[in-house]
Amino acid sequence: MNHYETVFILNPVLSDDQIKEAVKKFEDYLLSKGAEMIWKEDWGLKKLAYAIDKKKSGFYHLFEYKVSGEIVAPFELEFRRDDSILRYLTVRLDKHAAAWADVRRERVKSKKAK
Amino acid sequence: MASTIEQQAKGGNKAEVRYLTPLDIETKEIKKYCRFKKKGIKYIDYKDADFLLYLVNEQGKILPRRLTGTSLKYQRKVAQAIKRARHLALMPYVADMLK
Repeated sequence: MNHYETVFILNPVLSDDQIKEAVKKFEDYLLSKGAEMIWKEDWGLKKLAYAIDKKKSGFYHLFEYKVSGEIVAPFELEFRRDDSILRYLTVRLDKHAAAWADVRRERVKSKKAK
Repeated sequence: MASTIEQQAKGGNKAEVRYLTPLDIETKEIKKYCRFKKKGIKYIDYKDADFLLYLVNEQGKILPRRLTGTSLKYQRKVAQAIKRARHLALMPYVADMLK
């Protein structure tokens, strides 16, 4: 089991329900492969630094999870198959990154509490 | 020939060496340091585009080590983080007047 983090950008033309559905789909896929979900984050609609497929904004979502390495490639394939995904990036977190992720998570949580 | 500083200051005797003692100008340059080593930052987050903005020029190019003073170990991580941020459209590949 390795520690991973995935950020993906969803098409801005989707409705709220469609976004929830898509996020749920990817989450379910991970859970079905025996992943341990650590943290989910919704960054909302953000402006892109440059146009991707002629779109200037997108819905950013972040997943942090633990899963064995073989699952990552098929998981990314799911992203590639889905038309509503503009971009995705999966990164394995080393110990320093995981430590930072913990700090960051607490910060986001305390911000939400306010 | 007796020449005093006063005379020189008045502009007389131009041919003479004007400064016999070195001028008192601060020439010591400020030593650069690696900000990551100094502050104990171990991981550079690609998600934090606002911070990465300090490490690029206004065209969005990664600043060299000789300007930022970053150590090689962390410069590699900086470059990696900026490239990841670019992929996710958090930072531009090419830009103008970024700052």
